[in-house]
Amino acid sequence: MINNAGQRDIEFAYRLARGDFVLDARTELPMRGICGIFGRSGAGKTTLLRCLAGLEKPVEGRLNVAGEVWEDTPGGICRAVHERRIGYVFQEPRLFRHLDVSGNLDYAERRRRGPQALGRDRVVELLGLEALMGRRPGTLSGGEAQRVAIGRALLTAPEFVLMDEPLAALDQARREEILPFLDRLHAELSIPIVYVSHNVDEICRLCDFLVVLDGGRAVASGELQSVLVRGGLPVLSGRDAGSVVEARPEKYDADDDLTLVSFSGGRLWLPGRIAADARRIRLRIRASDVSLCRERPNDTTILNILPSTIRHIESGPNPSVLVHLTLGDDEILARVTRRSVRELKLSAGDAVLAQIKAAAVRYSPSS
Amino acid sequence: MDYPGTGPLLLSLELAGITTAILLAIATPLAWWLSRTHSRFKVIMQVVVAMPIVLPPTVLGFYLLILLGPAGPLGRWWVDLTGSALTFSFTGLVIASCIYSLPFAVQPLQAAFESLDQRDLEAAWTLGATRRDAFFSVALPQSLPGYVGAAVLSFAHTLGEFGVVLMVGGNIPGETRVISIAIYDAVESLDYASAHSLSATLLAIAFAALLLMFLLNRHRPAHDQ
Repeated sequence: MINNAGQRDIEFAYRLARGDFVLDARTELPMRGICGIFGRSGAGKTTLLRCLAGLEKPVEGRLNVAGEVWEDTPGGICRAVHERRIGYVFQEPRLFRHLDVSGNLDYAERRRRGPQALGRDRVVELLGLEALMGRRPGTLSGGEAQRVAIGRALLTAPEFVLMDEPLAALDQARREEILPFLDRLHAELSIPIVYVSHNVDEICRLCDFLVVLDGGRAVASGELQSVLVRGGLPVLSGRDAGSVVEARPEKYDADDDLTLVSFSGGRLWLPGRIAADARRIRLRIRASDVSLCRERPNDTTILNILPSTIRHIESGPNPSVLVHLTLGDDEILARVTRRSVRELKLSAGDAVLAQIKAAAVRYSPSS
Repeated sequence: MDYPGTGPLLLSLELAGITTAILLAIATPLAWWLSRTHSRFKVIMQVVVAMPIVLPPTVLGFYLLILLGPAGPLGRWWVDLTGSALTFSFTGLVIASCIYSLPFAVQPLQAAFESLDQRDLEAAWTLGATRRDAFFSVALPQSLPGYVGAAVLSFAHTLGEFGVVLMVGGNIPGETRVISIAIYDAVESLDYASAHSLSATLLAIAFAALLLMFLLNRHRPAHDQ
C-alpha cells in the first residue's frame, strides 16, 4: 500500500515457519500513540515483534517504516538490528549486569541513532529513576529494573518503541506500580509504542489501536474501541469480551464516595473519587458485568441502568451469547444466556435497559 | 649477575608474558567461534586445540622441531625472510609455547563465552551496538573471569614447560635457557642448592598466580541476577 503524504505508519508482511508454528502476518500500525498487539500465548506476538526488530532470522517479508524500506527479502534489503531506529523493551529487563543503572543508560545514550528528542533528565524524571542511578541491576526489584529498561530504550532516540509484555514477569503489585509510568509515557510523549500483551485489561488501559493475532495471523486491526466490539473474534469473545468508552467526570458525591461520569450513552456512577483534573477517562466495561432487562426493575443493587438498542446478537458455541448494544455513539457488550435471549424475546433493533455493575468498571486516564 | 638463576628466570617470565599476550589475542576469535558455531568442523577443531594437553611434550617438540627447522615449511620461510633460523631461538620458543599452551587459553574463554546470555547481546544490538561493538562492550566485560583464568593458566603453563623447550630451543643462555632447563642442568651437575632456589621460585610463582586467579574470580559470580 502506498503511503499518503504525511501519513506515518509501519507496514509489514512477514512469513516464517518454526516447526509446527507458522507466522503469516501482514498489517499496518499507525505511528502514533500506543498500538496493542493482542493474542493468546503461542499466537506469534513475540515472534512478530522480533521480526520488526530484525532479531528473528531467517525470515521472509517486507517492512516499511514511515515510507522507508527497512526490510524487503525478495529485493535483498535487510537492515541490521542496530540500523533500525527502534527501542526494544523485553519481557525481562535484560540490564547489563557489568554496569550500574547510570551505566546502562549511558550505554544507550552513547549509541543513539539520531537527535535526542527526549533529554536524559526528562527520561529519568518520567520514569522516576533518580534514586536508582548508582545501583547494580542485581539489587533492583523487578519493577525498578523494568523501569530502567524502558528508560534505556527511550534514550536511543528511537522512531518507535517495541514492548514485549513488559509487565508479564511481574506480580500484580509491581504491575500496578509500573502502569502509572506507562500512562505518563502515553500522555506526555509523542514516541509511538507497539505494545504486546495477552492481558486485555492492560491493552484496554493503554492502547489506542489494536491488532489481534490468532494462530500466527493478524485477524483484526483498527481503533481499539471498534476492534473490541467488532465481533466474530474468538479470542475477544470469551471471558475477556468487553468494551471501552471514553467518559468525563462530572461530580463527586463525598457521602457515598461515588463519582458521576458521563459518556455519549448516558451517565454512570463509579465507585471512588476520580480526580477532577482528569478531563477524560477511559472506562473498561466487561460483557459479563452488563445484564439486560425489558423494564426498569424496582429493587436492584445495580446503580447504573441505561436505555440502549440491540444492534446485533452474536451467538457462539457457548450457552451464553454476546449482545452488542448501542448507547449514543458508543457500543458496549453484554453477556447473557441463550435462555434469557429466548425468554425476553430479544432481537436486533429492540430497545432494552442495560444494567452496568459499577463496582466492576475499571477506569484509567485517557490521552 | 649475583644470582645464577636470574637470567633463566627473567627469560622464562618474558617468554610466558609474550606467549600469554599472543595467546589471548589468538584464542579470543577461536573461542568465540567455537562457542557459537554449529559447524561440523567444531568437534575436529576442539580436538586439535586440546591435543597439547594429552601429547607428551617431546612428541609435540619433535614435530615442532621439524616444522620450525631450516628444512621445515615454516622454518625455511623464516630463514628466507630474516636470514636466521627459528629453531634454537627465542622467537621459535614463543611459537612453540603458543601451540603448547593454546588449550589453556582457549578452553576457559570458550566456557566463558558459552555461559554468556545471548539475550544480553540482543539487547545491545537493539540499543544500537554493532556485532563488534556488542562483543567489546558486553561480551568481553562479562567474560572477564574467563580472561583472568586464561591468562593465569597460559602464563603458568608456559613458565613450567620443559620438554618442548628442550626439543625446539635447546639450552642457549640468554636465548633459550629458561628456568626449567636451568633446574635440570643444576640437578645434572649435582648443584642441588641452585636447583632448590630455582624450584622454590617457580613453586612460589605458580602458587601466587593461581591464588590471584581464585581471588579475582571469587567476587565475580558469572550470574548475579
